[in-house]
Amino acid sequence: MSREKKYWKSEIQLDQNNGLDHLEHNEFVEKIPVDNNIFSDENINDVSANRRDFLKYLGFSTSAAVLASCEGPVHKSVPYVIQPERIRPGIANYYATSLFDGFDSANVLVKTREGRPIKIQNNKLSKYNGHANARVNASVLSLYDSKRIQGPTINGEDVSWDTFNTNIKAQLNSLKALNQTVVLLTSTIASPTTTKIINSLIAEYPNIKHVEYDSVSESAALDAHEKMYGTRALPFYDFQKAKSIVSFSADFLGDWQGSNYDHDYVKGRIPNRGVDGKASMSKHIQIESNLSVTGSNADLRIPLSINDQKLFLAHLYDSISGNNSQLKKLPEALVAKLDYVKAELLSKKSESVVLCGIDDVNAHLLCNRINDILKSSVVNKSKVSYVRNGSDSNVNEVIDNIINGKVKGVIMSGVNPSYTLPNSDAFSDALKALNFSVCFTMSADETSEYSSHIAAAPHMLESWGDFEFMSGEYSLCQPTIKPLFDTKQFEDCLLTWLGSDKTFYDQIKDNWKNNILNSTTSWNSALHDGVFSTENNSFSRKNNSMNFSNSAKQISSGDDNGFDLILYCKTGMGDGQQANNPWLQEFPDPITRVSWDNYLTVSKSDAEQLGLKNYNEANGALNSNYAIVNVGENELKVPVVIQPGQAKGTVGLSLGYGRSKGLKDEMKTGVNAFSFYNGFSKNQKAQITAHYEIHEFACVQLHNTLMGRGDIIKETSLETYNTKEKNYWNAIPKVSKNHIETPVNSREVDMWEEFDRSIGHHFNLSIDLNACTGCGACVIACHAENNVPVVGKAEVRKSRDMHWLRIDRYYSSEESFNSDIEKKDNISGIGQSLSVFGEMEEPSENPQVVFQPVMCQHCNHAPCETVCPVAASSHGRQGQNHMAYNRCVGTRYCANNCPYKVRRFNWFLYNNNDEFDFNMNDDLGKMVLNPDVVVRSRGVMEKCSFCIQGTQSVILKAKNEGREVEPNEFNDAVACSAACSTGALSFGDINNEKSDVYQRKQDDRVYHLLEYVGTKPNVFYHTKIRNTDKDKSI
Amino acid sequence: MGHYEAPIRKPLVTGNKTYHQISVDVAKPIEGQANKQWWIVFSISMVLFLWGVGCMIYTISTGIGVWGLNKTVGWAWDITNFVWWIGIGHAGTLISAVLLLFRQKWRMGINRSAEAMTIFSVMQAGLFPLIHMGRPWLAYWVLPIPNQFGSLWVNFNSPLLWDVFAISTYLTVSLVFWWTGLLPDFAMIRDRAIKPFQKKIYSLVSFGWSGRAKDWQRFEEISLVLAGLATPLVLSVHTIVSFDFATSVIPGWHTTIFPPYFVAGAIFSGFAMVNTLLIVMRKVCNLEDYITLQHIELMNIVIMITGSIVGCAYITELFIAWYSGVEYEQYAFLNRATGPYWWAYWAMMTCNVFSPQFMWFKKLRTSIVFSFIISIVVNIGMWFERFVIIVTSLHRDYLPSSWTMFSPSFVDIGIFIGTIGFFFVLFLLYARTFPVIAQAEVKTILKSSGDNYKKLRDKNGK
Repeated sequence: MSREKKYWKSEIQLDQNNGLDHLEHNEFVEKIPVDNNIFSDENINDVSANRRDFLKYLGFSTSAAVLASCEGPVHKSVPYVIQPERIRPGIANYYATSLFDGFDSANVLVKTREGRPIKIQNNKLSKYNGHANARVNASVLSLYDSKRIQGPTINGEDVSWDTFNTNIKAQLNSLKALNQTVVLLTSTIASPTTTKIINSLIAEYPNIKHVEYDSVSESAALDAHEKMYGTRALPFYDFQKAKSIVSFSADFLGDWQGSNYDHDYVKGRIPNRGVDGKASMSKHIQIESNLSVTGSNADLRIPLSINDQKLFLAHLYDSISGNNSQLKKLPEALVAKLDYVKAELLSKKSESVVLCGIDDVNAHLLCNRINDILKSSVVNKSKVSYVRNGSDSNVNEVIDNIINGKVKGVIMSGVNPSYTLPNSDAFSDALKALNFSVCFTMSADETSEYSSHIAAAPHMLESWGDFEFMSGEYSLCQPTIKPLFDTKQFEDCLLTWLGSDKTFYDQIKDNWKNNILNSTTSWNSALHDGVFSTENNSFSRKNNSMNFSNSAKQISSGDDNGFDLILYCKTGMGDGQQANNPWLQEFPDPITRVSWDNYLTVSKSDAEQLGLKNYNEANGALNSNYAIVNVGENELKVPVVIQPGQAKGTVGLSLGYGRSKGLKDEMKTGVNAFSFYNGFSKNQKAQITAHYEIHEFACVQLHNTLMGRGDIIKETSLETYNTKEKNYWNAIPKVSKNHIETPVNSREVDMWEEFDRSIGHHFNLSIDLNACTGCGACVIACHAENNVPVVGKAEVRKSRDMHWLRIDRYYSSEESFNSDIEKKDNISGIGQSLSVFGEMEEPSENPQVVFQPVMCQHCNHAPCETVCPVAASSHGRQGQNHMAYNRCVGTRYCANNCPYKVRRFNWFLYNNNDEFDFNMNDDLGKMVLNPDVVVRSRGVMEKCSFCIQGTQSVILKAKNEGREVEPNEFNDAVACSAACSTGALSFGDINNEKSDVYQRKQDDRVYHLLEYVGTKPNVFYHTKIRNTDKDKSI
Repeated sequence: MGHYEAPIRKPLVTGNKTYHQISVDVAKPIEGQANKQWWIVFSISMVLFLWGVGCMIYTISTGIGVWGLNKTVGWAWDITNFVWWIGIGHAGTLISAVLLLFRQKWRMGINRSAEAMTIFSVMQAGLFPLIHMGRPWLAYWVLPIPNQFGSLWVNFNSPLLWDVFAISTYLTVSLVFWWTGLLPDFAMIRDRAIKPFQKKIYSLVSFGWSGRAKDWQRFEEISLVLAGLATPLVLSVHTIVSFDFATSVIPGWHTTIFPPYFVAGAIFSGFAMVNTLLIVMRKVCNLEDYITLQHIELMNIVIMITGSIVGCAYITELFIAWYSGVEYEQYAFLNRATGPYWWAYWAMMTCNVFSPQFMWFKKLRTSIVFSFIISIVVNIGMWFERFVIIVTSLHRDYLPSSWTMFSPSFVDIGIFIGTIGFFFVLFLLYARTFPVIAQAEVKTILKSSGDNYKKLRDKNGK
């Protein structure tokens, strides 16, 4: 019966003779005249088309042809010839690799999408300080640098690699025959395999002399270590064990000795409560001239000139060792400080450490000696660091020989001496005069300009390599993309010159299999992990006896004429290798918050004496006049930043700027301070005079002090934290409702209906102000992840920087932030408030400093959401505050109404616009864009999204794998928290009680930014605890 | 007896006018030729207007970045100008609607031009919300129209959306009210017109007004109804504009006093603008008999009162900031008065609070020159009031790290000047083509308030 069931389509079917059957089988009622080609010869006469039809056909086909010939957008896409096995469109692949450019070293994971590396993350398997700093994070963009050289040249002519290598080999052979010296000048080679290849090259060509040259020298530390302990290496410090840290100019949270100590340092800086409820943290005393990132994090900072530092160190040595080196007397003001530092060190004994960043062997010797006397367990006795190996005397000798013409050939790799040498002009002239000079370089830089042979070198992300950054700690570098250009690695070329048919990759593999890997680890798993540790390390520590009193005496007798000029490296630019990287140029310095420039940092009182000024234009942009700085015979005209915390009688100037070749005009910023780098010492004597001309800065932060606003950055001292109730130092603000004081986070004073937020994921970001050092890695990571545009100096000057994540830096106006608050609270009367608030705008001469990362707070009651007329800003189920770019009409009301001022407006079109000629304006630079994040057009608002593309992909992945999301899986999906090496940022699901962020929220240090406004943010901060209780006496 | 008015009241129409003379006087600027001064002023206004158009095109084609705004100060001259123009518009509605309901006959001499000013200034104001958008071509998204974007709808929580409704309602009601009043006057011009083209035009715009008793009855009724509709608008429009600020969380914006304060300020600036325009127009168009010194004096009194209300509001704001005990609130107001933009604050205080106090003196408030100067000063002050509220609140809000400054670009200035040019272009065209005095209404009070009739009554002792 059911088989007979009939479905009626219409009533016409009732009529038997309706012809529907016929129609059903013959869908096309009329035959389509497919054969009836009117233009075929047989039919041409039967055609009914008349003259008018002909004209119609003619007209149509002409216009169609014309239209078709107009140029439409041509998208060249080349399909894979062979589909790679692991590339699935839309799914990111991660490869472990390591980066070392002679300055920065890191073990990283590289995120690739469709074969393109787009982001650099930390390799969590790295045991010692392998995390990526801001520059390493940004280096992925340097891969897509449009100024890279694309193939080898000889004397300016493009040649093939075969010709190139044959030519070099011939030259080498002829020089060998004549026994004329060839210098192989490289940056520090921390690679065991490369060292082997170089050794065999020298065996083949004994006339080659290999010299390692660090653009920023650590020779003093290396020399001291070699003298005392017998090995030329840098000491390695276990900051986790440190209870007391005394640092003389050692910017160990910056780039001191090329090591990233921030992770270990911060471990000791977080005051976790013990069983007894008491918390402890390390004590950090910084004695320095410039205000460094490290000094900003110190509990006690003593600004001193270099000579005073040396004297202080010598006296410290004397008083700790009990020697009497018959030193010059310590100035009266420093005596109490010396006693304090000494007492601090002795009280912690073996858990204390003294660090040295003064470019003087004797100072390093004394510090090492003090550490030995203290039996410091912080100094690692079994590990040393190999990331710097240059010797000033060797470099000086070889450079002199080149200049004097004693050297007939130079091969350079990873160095740019025409830029980084103090006597670069003489060197360049000598280089130009040479017939044989080979330069391995990624861009047509200052040195390649004068070289006869330019070898196009690949980026680290296109290269093979291996490293031993620390004794026994090996890591591998593997290419994450096929070389973009016709480039060859230095090592591969060496092998070719040696006549080997093996590639560098083969060599590494052989070397690792034979010499490095043990039986339990395969090559493949080592390559997969990127890192490999072994216990058999090559370092053995001797203890040579020396006369330290002599050292103490030597360093305590400096002359006091002129200013101490302290050269340093800015967090953003390092030694200047990546000067053509727009992310780094626009990266605001953590301390001064100036981007796109280097400058002379001068103390306020010196500036007043010299007549140097900083002032703001009507639109808030920072201006200064210039200073003429003379060091020896060299003179530079440098703009000035008046720097709170700068020791009187000292000035600071950063290296790495003033590049002139191989970069876009926009990137030619600042002055080249390497011309002052005489004797490879960062401490110079300078004469300074004011110059009337005006310099325009691009500074992202106009106002420097906190104005006593204690609820923006809550902080307290360790003692208060240990002895007082939470309500005393971290009270929840209260509002009065019906004359009853009610906490602002309670239900009664909430004007909104609360949603149930306990279902599903609810994201929170925790920011520990004790752990944030201000390093800025998160800023660059956010740049990379979210396609944040670079806007250029002129726009930053107009306060239009686009950073989704910024790190606010505040100076105290009094000696500490607490006294700021006291001062503000003690204001009485209108008259006083007028004058006091004015005073509070000025930072103190030696201020406390605090860093606060601020991004969209993802308020549960977001002020931006209520005001958008088109609901482009609205709330997500997972707690995010969404921004629908496509819906935004650009009223900017949301940005005005945001108490945190985190929203960024696209004032112009920042991509494909010649006015903004940065990476988003060329095809190469665009390859770095994250395909998961839309590139915003002009006229729309944008802001932090809590990396929703990342959190969603984690959820999707877990779903596909049929499991729950791991408690801390979200943390690495979000760019800033993934990049944070200190754990200052932690992101996760607050509804998951096992997650780190949930645990952190239970801490009594937790507070929300501007809690009283009632925005209920999903970002929370941890009160900063300073270990400052005993400092008050001195 | 219907024409009786207490002798103590001063005549509102002077110069021994008859009904016919009123018609002649009102029709004269329309029927006559424009003089040289008109052409000069018109040309200047036109140039300014075109310059403004150029700046707007530049903005829309390049991006809002050509203005001086930044990440902290997201509104400045754009919304300042918007609120300023909207405020100026308020006098027209107040004069024509509220004074109608209160049976203030003196409004009849000035209501036509005041309403014209309202409409023209609302047009200027309306430009700014459009062009201040990053993507003005999508401006229609703020309208609740059915669409194909899925379930997307406007956000009724947003004060900007309320603005859309408030301003469009205001413009519509004002326009209808104005045009209704114009009907008998257009008809008068039509009836006097000799040239066929003019006759055609004026018969079109007078909607076939015949002057029958029924016409007049309907006219009176609709006027009352529209007055009733427009009266709440006087309060609501600027109240809603003030909500843009009052409902926000920014110290200096988040203030419950804003609605009455904004309304008073609006009437204040509106009357000042009416004074500016009419003092010139009564001279140029020979209308001194209809816009008398008494009119100007009465408007000056309104300026004085509303100026004092505004002054009270300023002081209340300061008091509440102190009384609140909230440090951000206190600092916002301290910063207004003594921060980097102190000069804007004191320009505002001087112009808005101090200058109207001169009007206590009869000699000053009946001085044409002085009234003119004060009317300009008041509008400068009111522009600064909005600048102070918007820019000084934004430039230093909660987090000192984001504090910055604002300085206008030439485009900001160009667009503002352009709207002034546009306004005067419209007003000058209006003065040459519209009956600038509501002559039909003036005729109704001629017998009660005309000086000749008053004198007659005095003589007859009645």
